[in-house]
Amino acid sequence: MTTTDRTWSQSVSEYSRRPNGRRKSEQSQDVNVGGSERAVSMAAGSLLALVGISRRSLPGLLIAGLGADLIYRGATGHCHLYDAIGVNTARESGRPQDYFERGIHVEQSYLINKPRQELYQFWHNFENLPRIMSHLESVRVIDEKRSHWVAKAPSIAGGKMEWDAEFINDEPNVVIAWRSLPGADVDNAGSVRFLDRTHDRGTQVSVVIDYIPPAGRIGKWIAMLFGEAPEQQIQEDLRRFKRMMETGEIPTTQGQPRGTCDGSGKRQQGW
Amino acid sequence: MKAVTWCGTQKVSVDNVPDPTILNDRDAIIKVTSTCICGSDLHLYDGFIPTMQKGDILGHEFMGEVVEVGEGVPGDKLKPGDRVIIPFTIACGNCFFCKRQLWSCCDNSNPNAWLAEKLMGYSPSGLFGYSHMTGGYAGGQAEYVRVPFADVGAFKVPADLSDDKVVFLTDIYPTGYMAAENCNIQPGDTIAVWGCGPVGQFTIKSCFLLGAERVIAIDAVPERLEMAARSGAITINMADEYIYDRLRELTGGIGPDACIDAVGMEAHGMTLDAAYDRFATATFMETERPHVLRQAINCCRKGGTVSIPGVYGGIADKIPMGAMMNKSLTIRTGQTHVHRYVPKLLERIQKGDIDPSFVITHKLPLSQAPHAYKLFQKKQDKCIKVVLKPGM
Repeated sequence: MTTTDRTWSQSVSEYSRRPNGRRKSEQSQDVNVGGSERAVSMAAGSLLALVGISRRSLPGLLIAGLGADLIYRGATGHCHLYDAIGVNTARESGRPQDYFERGIHVEQSYLINKPRQELYQFWHNFENLPRIMSHLESVRVIDEKRSHWVAKAPSIAGGKMEWDAEFINDEPNVVIAWRSLPGADVDNAGSVRFLDRTHDRGTQVSVVIDYIPPAGRIGKWIAMLFGEAPEQQIQEDLRRFKRMMETGEIPTTQGQPRGTCDGSGKRQQGW
Repeated sequence: MKAVTWCGTQKVSVDNVPDPTILNDRDAIIKVTSTCICGSDLHLYDGFIPTMQKGDILGHEFMGEVVEVGEGVPGDKLKPGDRVIIPFTIACGNCFFCKRQLWSCCDNSNPNAWLAEKLMGYSPSGLFGYSHMTGGYAGGQAEYVRVPFADVGAFKVPADLSDDKVVFLTDIYPTGYMAAENCNIQPGDTIAVWGCGPVGQFTIKSCFLLGAERVIAIDAVPERLEMAARSGAITINMADEYIYDRLRELTGGIGPDACIDAVGMEAHGMTLDAAYDRFATATFMETERPHVLRQAINCCRKGGTVSIPGVYGGIADKIPMGAMMNKSLTIRTGQTHVHRYVPKLLERIQKGDIDPSFVITHKLPLSQAPHAYKLFQKKQDKCIKVVLKPGM
């Protein structure tokens, strides 16, 4: 473990300050289409071009144009559409460059009326995190460095997403930082920092999460449509953490009685 | 079990619903022996409070006997068989706010805090039976209630004090007391109280208990003014005279030292600004009618205090900020921090300083709740306070 105060976000922001850090407009020649996908693209493009040319009409010309674009995409490995929405199927691992170009960055902090040590203890055992993070299904600690995470996903996306993660920084009672290892379904990295506040105010907990949405920016927008803006989600996770630590429980009304206004009743589901 | 449920504007029903169960370790289940209808319940009844859903169980002034406790409630704090009153605000006891005696600001008791934050910046505590913005908790106008954080939220009461004497410790007695305490009453002070409903009645009594020389009570309902006069207040019937003029005359031209708005968002008035409020609320430009609040600000002496126990929920128009600022007024307000007051007010009841049962005018069985709400809302049959008895 490094003794320097380092988190993933710092790696990412350092990357952006490097002299050869690239702006989005400079990445027009980047390969962002994966190998087998390029082959499929070439084949489909060739077929479409042939069909389009044989029609000898305006629609045919358009089809041929689409075919040509697919051939270009297959030949060069660069897709303008992927560029626009921030998808890259060519690379597997999330490097700081990728987070800078395509990542979502969320920061939230919360004041919790408990000593730093207690909060650090809870968070350090990543198996506790599904109790406060609603999008996590389970976390299993593999060894003192690595853990395996399973998150919930919409069923059209496969129902769940998994990855292995490792600690990249661990200073007892001060900061914990982690990131996903290559091969993750969704590249992500995070850190949590614990800071004493004075005059009996407790501990300030600051969480930073960076992740690369699998379907690019469209994925983030779709998720937001279904009421899951990442900033909101992390804030609610932190609120659950605060409540768990300060009171030992999360307040709920699930299962409480309610009426139906026609003389009978049922148990509450939902808020 | 039977429970009173909200079914739309001016519609409540008594439904047969499942019994409550322990949902979290610090819960307790109370068998309700007395439960009251509050003036703020009328805001729900009249459709002024958003985020209500048909079938929500109402009621936040209730007491009874503990029948079950969760594993997280220590036996020496609370156990089955204990007779308790439950504050209407739900508080965890461990957060920044509870630790500073700001119990109705508890950070941890509202499961829908995210929703309240959108309207208010930060969420107040959860409440029993008072819309989903405050958590959507099932209320106490029922045969049984589930009480969260029962180790903090249940106060034992002695067997020799009847329900009628202690049930108002749940809400309206501490509410009136806090309103009076917020005035920082000094010897010689004259306090003006708008609203002679049950909260106003307790406010008047508390002002005298805290050393006010005179209390002036303002309302338009004769039996309520009579009750205020029996407590020692000078009364003003707003249907008969101009409040500002009378207050100025009574105080020798200086104005009352403190003004208490014990009316809140559904104020009635016959002035131009009151008419504006009717129009604005009907067209959803405003969510309340702060007619009394404007009057309190206007009538208060310079350097005085405006204390606001009256419930407001959203956005009010045309508030005289100029008067407030230029007269150096202090505004003190808040949902009652009930837990702060129960021990000392219980002591006052035990000592005989006050018998809170004086406000009760009607006692009805729980099954007659729809009739009781109508009675209370229309102030029929000289109704001032209704207590519902599940066992009756």
